[in-house]
Amino acid sequence: MKNKGIKIKKSDFGFLSSLFAVFVGLLFGFIILLCSNASQAVPGFLTILTGALTHGNKGAGQVFYYATPIILTGLSVGFAFKTGLFNIGATGQFIAGSFAAVVVGLTLPSLGAVHWTVALLASAAAGAVWGAVPGILKAFFNVNEVISSIMMNYIGLYAVNFTVKGSKTLFDSLRNQSLPLPESSHIPKMGLNLLFPDSSVNGGIFIAVLAALVIYIILNKTTFGFELKAVGFNRNASKYAGINEKKSIILSMVIAGALAGMAGGLLYLAGSGKHIEVVDVLPAEGFTGISVALLGLSNPLGIVLAGLFIAHITSGGFYLQLFEFSTEIIDIIVAVIIYFSAFSLIIRLLFSKISKGRGEVKNHE
Amino acid sequence: MDYIIEMLGITKEFPGIIANDNVNLQVKKGEIHALLGENGAGKSTLMSVLFGLYQPEKGCIKLKGREVKITGPLYANELGIGMVHQHFKLVHNFTVLQNIVLGMETVRGGFLQMKEAREKILALSEKYNLAVDPDAFISDITVGMQQRVEILKMLYRDNEILILDEPTAVLTPQEIEELMHVMRGLAKEGKSIIFITHKLNEIKAVADRCTVLRRGKCIDTVSVPETDKETLSEMMVGRKVNLLLDKKEAKPAEAVLQVSDLTVRAKHEGHTRDIVKKVSFTVRKGEIVCIAGIDGNGQSELIHAITGLSHTDSGRVIINGVDMTQKSVRFKNTHGLSHIPEDRHKYGLVLDYSLAENLVLQEYFEPGFQNKGFIRFEKVKEHGKRLIEEFDIRSGQGVNTLTRSMSGGNQQKVIVAREIARNPELLIAVQPTRGLDVGAIEFIHNQIVKQRDNGCAVLLVSLELDEVMNLSDRILVIYEGEITADLNPKEITVQELGLYMSGSKKGVVNKHEE
Repeated sequence: MKNKGIKIKKSDFGFLSSLFAVFVGLLFGFIILLCSNASQAVPGFLTILTGALTHGNKGAGQVFYYATPIILTGLSVGFAFKTGLFNIGATGQFIAGSFAAVVVGLTLPSLGAVHWTVALLASAAAGAVWGAVPGILKAFFNVNEVISSIMMNYIGLYAVNFTVKGSKTLFDSLRNQSLPLPESSHIPKMGLNLLFPDSSVNGGIFIAVLAALVIYIILNKTTFGFELKAVGFNRNASKYAGINEKKSIILSMVIAGALAGMAGGLLYLAGSGKHIEVVDVLPAEGFTGISVALLGLSNPLGIVLAGLFIAHITSGGFYLQLFEFSTEIIDIIVAVIIYFSAFSLIIRLLFSKISKGRGEVKNHE
Repeated sequence: MDYIIEMLGITKEFPGIIANDNVNLQVKKGEIHALLGENGAGKSTLMSVLFGLYQPEKGCIKLKGREVKITGPLYANELGIGMVHQHFKLVHNFTVLQNIVLGMETVRGGFLQMKEAREKILALSEKYNLAVDPDAFISDITVGMQQRVEILKMLYRDNEILILDEPTAVLTPQEIEELMHVMRGLAKEGKSIIFITHKLNEIKAVADRCTVLRRGKCIDTVSVPETDKETLSEMMVGRKVNLLLDKKEAKPAEAVLQVSDLTVRAKHEGHTRDIVKKVSFTVRKGEIVCIAGIDGNGQSELIHAITGLSHTDSGRVIINGVDMTQKSVRFKNTHGLSHIPEDRHKYGLVLDYSLAENLVLQEYFEPGFQNKGFIRFEKVKEHGKRLIEEFDIRSGQGVNTLTRSMSGGNQQKVIVAREIARNPELLIAVQPTRGLDVGAIEFIHNQIVKQRDNGCAVLLVSLELDEVMNLSDRILVIYEGEITADLNPKEITVQELGLYMSGSKKGVVNKHEE
C-alpha cells in the first residue's frame, strides 16, 4: 500500500490519542494560568514544561526518582486491567509493601549486602498478599474486586498506622513517624549518582523499567499471559477451554499486588528520607498509578513513558510557586489529560476518520 | 406498481468487507416479503439500514414513493417501521403491559394512564390472535409468548411495516405454526412484513415474494409460489445444495461414552430441584446419538455435567473406560473429548481474541504451539491459515481478524474447525447449526458424519427436528430431565417425535444396555 501522505498505522492511533490528550491537558493548564494571572502565564507555562530541568542533571534525576513508584503502580493497574480486573487497590498494596520494606529495613540490618534485596522482596510479597485477598474473593465468591480492594486500602492504611505507632522498634515518637532506615537497606545507586549528582535517583528506576519489560513479555509472549487475558475477556469461554479461571484471577491480582508493593518498597528504601508518617491519608502514588495506566493505555511500555511524563510535569510544577501560582494546577492538568485519555476511543475514531479522509486504507494489520 | 417501502441501490461498507453492494428491496403493501440469505450475506445490515441504525454510503430509501432519510430507530418508528430483533429487547422484571407501553406511555398530569393502554392492547391481541396476559412478568412467560409481546409492541405503535429478524429460531414446531398463522392475519389486515430467515420451509409456507442476498449482493426477487426450494437454496448459496444428508449406515462399535445415573441438582434460594434425573445412556464408536427435547428440559445441564463445566451431584461419566466424573475440563479436553458448545459467544469463543488465537484455544499449551511457556505465534498463525483454508472460514483480515467482527456462521465454523481438527474420540455437539444457513448447515453436517465414519462417537443435542431426523442414528428424548424414549429415526415420524418431546408419549428405555 503506497501512500503519499503520512502513513498512520492502526496501532499508532493509541499513541497519537495519548499525545493528543497530553496536548489538550497542557492547553487547559495554560488557560487556567491565563485566568489566574495573565502576565505570568507564559513563564509559568514554560516552567511546567522545563522546570524539572532547572537544576540540570539533578532535576532530571529527581524526575526518575518520582517516576519510579508511579511506573510500578501504573503497571499494577495496567496489568490487572489487561486481565479484566480493575485494581483500584494499588494504594493498599503500596502501603503494605512500604510497611514490609520498613520492617525488614529496621529489624534485619544483620543481612548486610543483601539487606535491600530482602527488604524489596518483602515489599513485593506483602503487596502480593494484599492483592490476593480481593483476587480470592472475586474467584470464589464473585465479589467485585473494586469494592473489596477499596476496603483493603483502608484496612492497609489503618493497620499499618496502628502497628507502626505501637511498635518501639519502628516508631519515632518524637517525629510521629517511622524510624530512619539503615544505609544497608537503601537501594544502590547503580552509578546513577555519577550521572545525576545530588539527586535522589537510584537503581529503582532500572528495576521499574525491568518490571515493565517482564510484564510486557508475560502478557504478549507467554501461554500464561494468554490464559490471563482470555480469562479477562471471557471467563466462561476460558473455563470451557480448560483454563483454571479461578487460579488465573487470583494470580493476576497477586502479580498486580506485588508490583504495587514493590512501588512502596522502592520509594521507602530510596534513602531519600521518606518515612511512614502516622496520618490518616492514603498515599497519592496508588491513585496516580491509575492515571499513569490510563494515559499509557495499559501498555507496559506506554506506562513507562506516561510515568516519566507525569513525574516530569509534577516536578516542574513545584517551581510554579516562583510565579505565585499554586502547584495544584499540575493536578488539574493531569486530571484533564486523564479525562481525555479516557476519551481515547473517540479520539481514535477521529484519527481514523482523518486518515480515511486522506484516502488511506484504515487497516494495515 | 406502488410499493410501501423501497430500498434502492443501498451500499454499506465495513472495514475489509462490503456488507451491502447496490442492494434493492421493494415491499408491497400487505405482503409477506422474505429476505433470504446465508449468514454474512448482509440481511441484518440491510435491515439495520432500514431501521436507521446504520447510514448507507450510497442509495436511498423511499416510503410510499417519497424519499426519506432514516436517522435512527426512533424516527423509523415514527415512520411506522417496527422491528422484532432476533434477541428480544424486553425488560425482564416488567410486566407484559409495561413492556408494551415502554417509551410510549400515555401520561396525564404526570400520572401514567395504564387503563387506556390495557384496553388497546387487549383489543389488538384479540384482533390478531396474539394471546398474552398483560400482568405477567416477562421473566415468567415462555419464549413464544415473549415474541407475541414484541409483535404487540409494534402493533401498539401502529407500525405498518414489520421486520421480523429470524423469528422462528427460538420457537418450538407448534409455536412456529402459530406464528405463521399470526403473520398471515397481519398481512390480511394490510400490514407489510419483512421476514428474515434462512429456513426454506417457512418461506414456502408463508411468504409471497422473496429477495435473495448473497455475499452482500442482491441476486433476485422472486415470487415464492412459483419457485421451488431447490432453486431458492441454489440462489442463496450459489451452487447446488443437497438438502437431504447423504449418509451411510452407522456401524457402531464399542462404547466410548457411558453415563450412568447422572443427577444434577439446581440450588435456587434455598429450595433444590433435580434438573437432570438419574440419566443413563451410552454412545458408541461410529454412531451419532441425538438428545432431542424442547429447550429447557435439562439438556444444557446434562452436557455441562458431562464436559465438566458444572458439577455433578451423583452418577458417573465414563469416557473410553476411564471414570472422568470428577476430572477437570482440561483433562477431558486432552483425553479425547471435543465440545461444540451451545452458546458460541458465552462459551465457544474469546471474541476479543484474533481468529488464529481462537483456533488454538484448546491447544495453545501443546508442545507444537509453545516452547518453555512462550507461545510460538508463527506456528499459531500457520495452524490458523490451514484451518481457514480447510473449513472455508471467511473473514475480513485472515488470521488476524478480530473474532467479534465476524458473522455468526463463520464464528460457528471457527469452533467446529477447532474442535474437529483435534481428531476427537468423542464429539459433543450442542446445536451445532443454530442460526446457520443451509450452506453452512450442509457443511457442518457433513463434517459430523465424516467424524462418525472415522470412528468418532458423536453426541448431538438439537432443538431442530429436521436436524435430529436427518443426522442421528439413534434418538434419545429428554423430557423434564429424564430420558423418556430411545428411538430409531427410521421408524418414527416427525409428528411422533414431537409428541415424545412434549411429554405426551413415553417410550421404553433400555437402561442397562452395556
